[in-house]
Amino acid sequence: MSVIELKAVTKTFPHHTERMLLRKHIVHWFSRVKVEPFYALREISFSIERGESLAIVGHNGAGKSTLLSLIAGVAQPTVGSVHVDGRVSALLELGSGFHPDLTGAENLILNASLMGMNRKEVVAKYDQIIDFTGLGDFINEPLRTYSTGMMMRLAFSVAIHADPQIVILDEVLAVGDAEFQAKCRAAINAMRTEGRTLLFVSHAAADVRRMCDRAVWLDHGRLMMHGPVAEVIDAYEGRVAAQIAQ
Amino acid sequence: MWTGDTWFVLSNLVQKDFKIRYRNMSLGMLWSVLNPLVMMSVLTFVWTQVLKTGTMSEYAINVLCGLVPFNFFAISWVTGTNSLVENAGLIKRVLVPREIVPVASVLSNCLHLFVQVGLVLLLVVAVGRGVNRYWLLLPFIWIFAIFFICGLALACAALNVYVRDMRYVVESSTTVLFWLVPIVYPFSMIPPKFHPLYDYNPLAALIMAMRNILVETRAPAESLLLKLGGVSVFMFLFGWIFFKAMKRRFYEFL
Repeated sequence: MSVIELKAVTKTFPHHTERMLLRKHIVHWFSRVKVEPFYALREISFSIERGESLAIVGHNGAGKSTLLSLIAGVAQPTVGSVHVDGRVSALLELGSGFHPDLTGAENLILNASLMGMNRKEVVAKYDQIIDFTGLGDFINEPLRTYSTGMMMRLAFSVAIHADPQIVILDEVLAVGDAEFQAKCRAAINAMRTEGRTLLFVSHAAADVRRMCDRAVWLDHGRLMMHGPVAEVIDAYEGRVAAQIAQ
Repeated sequence: MWTGDTWFVLSNLVQKDFKIRYRNMSLGMLWSVLNPLVMMSVLTFVWTQVLKTGTMSEYAINVLCGLVPFNFFAISWVTGTNSLVENAGLIKRVLVPREIVPVASVLSNCLHLFVQVGLVLLLVVAVGRGVNRYWLLLPFIWIFAIFFICGLALACAALNVYVRDMRYVVESSTTVLFWLVPIVYPFSMIPPKFHPLYDYNPLAALIMAMRNILVETRAPAESLLLKLGGVSVFMFLFGWIFFKAMKRRFYEFL
C-alpha cells in the first residue's frame, strides 16, 4: 500500500524577485506581459510504499526541497495531486520554529507541538527527548548559546519522538558529530524496522546507500530515474563525473 | 494533513511571545503600565493646562479609557499584519494551520491588555467612581473587540504576504485612527452628521462603551453593543474566509 503518491505533480513559482511591492504589482497588472513562471518540478509521478526508505538526489536547485515541501504538506502543487497517508515529521530545515531567546527546553515543547504532538505526548516523552539530545544542563540555556550541532540534536530528537509514520530529513545529518550521527543512524534504522517510511536528502552518497532502499533522481525539476538505490546513485554519480570531466 | 493539537500550539506560541517580550525588558510588566500612564499625563496636561478644557481627573480617566483600547488595537493590528512574514520560516517548514500565526500574535498582546485594563479600573475607583454592575459587561465587550482584531489581523496578514507595503499602510492607519477616534476628545464634540461614520467603527464603539460603564456609570446603549457585536462577528468571519482563500499560495510568496 502506498503511503505517499504523487500524480503528475508540477510546481511553479512566480518570478517574484521584487514583485512583492505595491508598485511592482501595479506595473505588472498594467504591462500585460505574461511572465513565464519558474518550473521547480515538472510532471513528477511516483509512489512510496509503507516502510520504504527513499533517497532523493540531484544537483542544487533540482527541486529536492520543493518535492519534500509538497510531501510535508506545507506547499501545494500547481498541477497534479499529492496524497500522503499518516503523520509526517519533517526536518526541512534546522530548527524551523526555534527561537534564539527561548531555552532549549522551551523550544523543545514549542517544536514538539508544531510537529503535531499533543500536550499528553509531550509530557510523557519530555525526559526521553532530552535524554536523546545528550545536551545535559545545556537544555536550560537559551538557544542562541547553542552550536549548529547542538541545535540539530534538539531538532532531530523532537522529530523522531513525534511518532511519525513518515520522516523527512533534508540534509540534517551533516552537522552532527560522529557520536550523534551514529545515534541518529541507529534511531533511523530502528524506525525503518518498525515499518516507518523515510525520505532522505543527503549529498553523502555513503549514507544514502546504507540507509535507503530506493532513490529518486531529480534534474532541473524532472524525474530522471526512480528505482533501487544502487542503480540510481550509480547513474547519478556517473552523470556528475561526466559533467566534471567536461 | 495536520493532526496536531491546535490549541496546544496556539498556547505555546502565545507563551513564546510573552517570554520573549518580557525576558528582554528589565522592568517587565511595569512597561505595560508606564506607557499609558505617561501618555495619559501628557495628554491631560496639554488638554487641561494648555488648551484649558475640563478638569484634570475627569479628563485623565476619559483619555485613559480611550488610550488603553487604542494601544491594544494598534499594536495587535500592526504585529498581526506582520506576523506571517516574520514567521515565514514556520509557515514554509511546518504544517501548522496558518491561521494560528496571526491569531497567536493578537492574543499575545492580551496580557498587556489585562494589566492596562486593571490600571484603568484602579484609577476609576481612585477618582471615586466606584464599582457598578455594568462592569460585568466589560469582558463581553472586550471579547468582541478581540474577535474583531483577530479578523482584521487575519485579513491584513494574508494581504501582507502578497503586497509587502501593507504593513506601512497599517502603521499609517493607526496614526490616523488615533485622531479620528474619540480618544483625546469626547464623542459629544463630534458633529452629529458624522455620527453614522463612527457607529460602525468597533474601536470607537469600544471606547464609548468603556466610558459609558466606567466614567458615566451607566449601561452602554443597546444599539451600540449590537453594532459592536455584529461588526466583530462579521469581521472575524470575513478575515477567516479571506485568509482561507489566500493561504494556498503563501509558500511561493514568503
